[in-house]
Amino acid sequence: MSLISEHGPAAAVAGGAPLLAVDNLHVSFSTRNGVVDAVKGISLMVRPGETLGVVGESGSGKSVTAFAITRLLDAAGRITQGRILFKGENIAAASHKQLRNLHGAAVSMIFQNPRAALNPIRTIGLQISDAIGAHERISVSEGRMRALELLRAVLIHDPEKRIDAYPHELSGGMCQRVMIAMAIASKPALLIADEPTTGLDVTTQKTVMDLVAKLIADRDMAMILITHDLGLAARYCQRIVVMEQGKIVEEAEPRPLFDAPQHPYTKRLVAASPTATSTIADLAVHEGVIPGAPNGAGRESMESRSHGSSSRASRAGSDTENVKPSPGTPPLLEVQNLVKLYDGAVVAVDDVSFSIAAGTSLGLVGESGSGKSTISRLVCRLIDPSEGQILFDGHAIGDQPARGFHASPDRKDIQIVFQDPTESLNPRYTAFDCIAHPLRRLLGMKDGTALTSRVRECAERAGLPLDLLERFPHQLSGGQKARIGIARAIACRPRLLILDEPTAALDVSVQAVILQLLDNLRRSDNLGLLFVSHDLNVVRMMCERIIVLRHGKIVEEGSNTTIFSNASHPYTRTLIDAVLNISPPR
Amino acid sequence: MSVIATSASAGASSTWRHTLWVLRGNPVTAFAAIGALALCFIAVFGPWLVPYDPVASNVSRALLPPSTLHWAGTDQLGRDVFSRLIVATRLDLAIAASAVTLSFAVGAVIGAICGYMGGRLDRYVGRFVDILMAFPLFVLAMAMVAALGNRVENIVIATAIINLPFYIRFARAEVNVRRNAGWVEAARACGDSHLSVILRSLLPNVLPAMAVQVSLNLGWAILNAAGLSFIGLGVKPPTPEWGIMVAEGARFISTGKWWLVAFPGLALMMTVLCFNLLGDGLRDILDPRMRT
Repeated sequence: MSLISEHGPAAAVAGGAPLLAVDNLHVSFSTRNGVVDAVKGISLMVRPGETLGVVGESGSGKSVTAFAITRLLDAAGRITQGRILFKGENIAAASHKQLRNLHGAAVSMIFQNPRAALNPIRTIGLQISDAIGAHERISVSEGRMRALELLRAVLIHDPEKRIDAYPHELSGGMCQRVMIAMAIASKPALLIADEPTTGLDVTTQKTVMDLVAKLIADRDMAMILITHDLGLAARYCQRIVVMEQGKIVEEAEPRPLFDAPQHPYTKRLVAASPTATSTIADLAVHEGVIPGAPNGAGRESMESRSHGSSSRASRAGSDTENVKPSPGTPPLLEVQNLVKLYDGAVVAVDDVSFSIAAGTSLGLVGESGSGKSTISRLVCRLIDPSEGQILFDGHAIGDQPARGFHASPDRKDIQIVFQDPTESLNPRYTAFDCIAHPLRRLLGMKDGTALTSRVRECAERAGLPLDLLERFPHQLSGGQKARIGIARAIACRPRLLILDEPTAALDVSVQAVILQLLDNLRRSDNLGLLFVSHDLNVVRMMCERIIVLRHGKIVEEGSNTTIFSNASHPYTRTLIDAVLNISPPR
Repeated sequence: MSVIATSASAGASSTWRHTLWVLRGNPVTAFAAIGALALCFIAVFGPWLVPYDPVASNVSRALLPPSTLHWAGTDQLGRDVFSRLIVATRLDLAIAASAVTLSFAVGAVIGAICGYMGGRLDRYVGRFVDILMAFPLFVLAMAMVAALGNRVENIVIATAIINLPFYIRFARAEVNVRRNAGWVEAARACGDSHLSVILRSLLPNVLPAMAVQVSLNLGWAILNAAGLSFIGLGVKPPTPEWGIMVAEGARFISTGKWWLVAFPGLALMMTVLCFNLLGDGLRDILDPRMRT
């Protein structure tokens, strides 16, 4: 019973005593390849009212730590050693009954994908009152009233109407607010937020995190914020621990941590994280060092990274256009008054015009629903425009129907790198087959020495170790899969490369390498790049010119420096303000 | 080049290792796999293995119970039941396998196209499948064999047609969930037409799940063929076939001649069981994501 407490006075009585103390925690998973140690003896501490950040890249064991603290590890995982003291009681040895009291009432969690965590066939009001009802007896009307209160607390607009909404009727940010409402419903003393804003728009991320920070402060709760985003941790945490491969390598307050990182891993992470002023060349990636690669793929990822950009990184510095096209030649890509309607009524892209010269890059920035992905697919001729012209190299390609464009001679000149490297690789194709796919289909190459050497050349250029070519996507890490996607896109030596959020699903250090790689390709092959992203900071580094999109319309267009220093449209300024980075707030 | 070659052979051996790993962890699948292999062996070499001519009658030795001489006894014409059982394996498996292959090939392609394209075609095919499934399937097969003529090919066609709806639906559903996957768009950007996206990218992803369906269906198709023969449609006596053997033996059950029905029934049961059990194991073996 003592796990549930009226934490207000208790915290006061406890004084400086930690709310949660993890002592030498070991967690291991039994897999078919034997026992894998995911967490190798970590110790950390959360004081009442404090926000502790746990940062690290995928596979560092940060989520496993969270699941161990809440004892929600799946069947294969086991706490093999160590203690987890919550208000002095050892959770690691708690019985099921004690755990029921613990969940929600003392510690609650919010997860990465809010929509998946909500029950799709129950209204959000019912789900919130379920969360309250799990720990105390309440009547239906009382539950509804409390749910309303909570919806108000998480700043949901018009809660009387929303309370009867189903999760699919709400946006991602709203769903996360509902999750937060459920998490604080039973007045826990500790909130564990596992990547709470991944997948949300930058502006939504900011409002959600501001909300969480305010709730934590108002309700005198403590929080553990687990994130791969150093900027997020820098803004919202009082203390940060850095995890690498199941161990804590550094612990400090944000400012000293980011200004003067001590451990080499932290130094690399900090170096790879874009700041408000960094350039592509600044994202130094030291060779031969691996941020934790999941399930035993360490050796390969080490090789992949050392292959990565060693030969090219040095040249990335000079940030000026190389070849200016002579005045008479048409730009590589020209888009005029592009319109796309879905189902004849929903306007996804509304009168958009821009052009890209060879060897230059254009950034398309916008949040979800801005039409940026639709534009990338229109330009890539995967879907048909409703109105407007797409001129490639001076001739119109927009009027050739998309269903027949695979046979067009321009197909090999316009290639695309997709957002999610996992999703964009056929699970039944090996890496070799993925890269060979366009060569076989577009250049008609037959199996043989020529094809093999071409595939190997592309893999090398994309920094993919050749011994991985026979692997299937599920045997590769996210960064390796991203390289396959790039190798595939450059296989036919395209002239225009469309990049649809190419690094959104990657760790920062991998992102840094991939960005450098793409920037080098642009220079060496005189590629035109259409860089689509929600991340203003990345776009600023990659592109000379930036277009800001909102609801399918161009809100603002300008050079990367003017957009950042002198944005004219308020929406652009909102976007810029929402960018989180590790440099001190202005 | 040599690197690729060695890693390719490593891939092949890893497939074997994976298969063995699945079988070791799942003895039931191993049992079913051995059973299915044995059945195939019997189907191929059966006629050379049997102790007696399966169609030679010898009325003086009619209706003998099982003994060391006749392991499964003799029937009303004095033919050796064991020899007939063994020889019948080939016909029964051949009917089932060709029927399932036919419906698999046709159903997977139709279903995949419908699932990928959607729209009007999908609706029409969907309704056709609904209509087909609204019939009692066995009665439909009876009607088709009766109308087309009492021949083995027609049993195959009838069995294939009544199996078709399952394959169409299955392939349609599996393709439908994948048609918006990133790698489908990527294949388009790599120069594939819609048709080659279906054939080269989508179908290979759907096949493992369908292999399970094939295995389960194989047992069902054997039952179906035997059932048709049992009611006198399809294979004609004196050809040895499990369904006919059960039908002929049924007359003698009341007089205590149990072996005439029991052994062909047992053969049917074991065969169907083998293929059903194999189905589940196959899914684990064929899914590359199960490999690590």
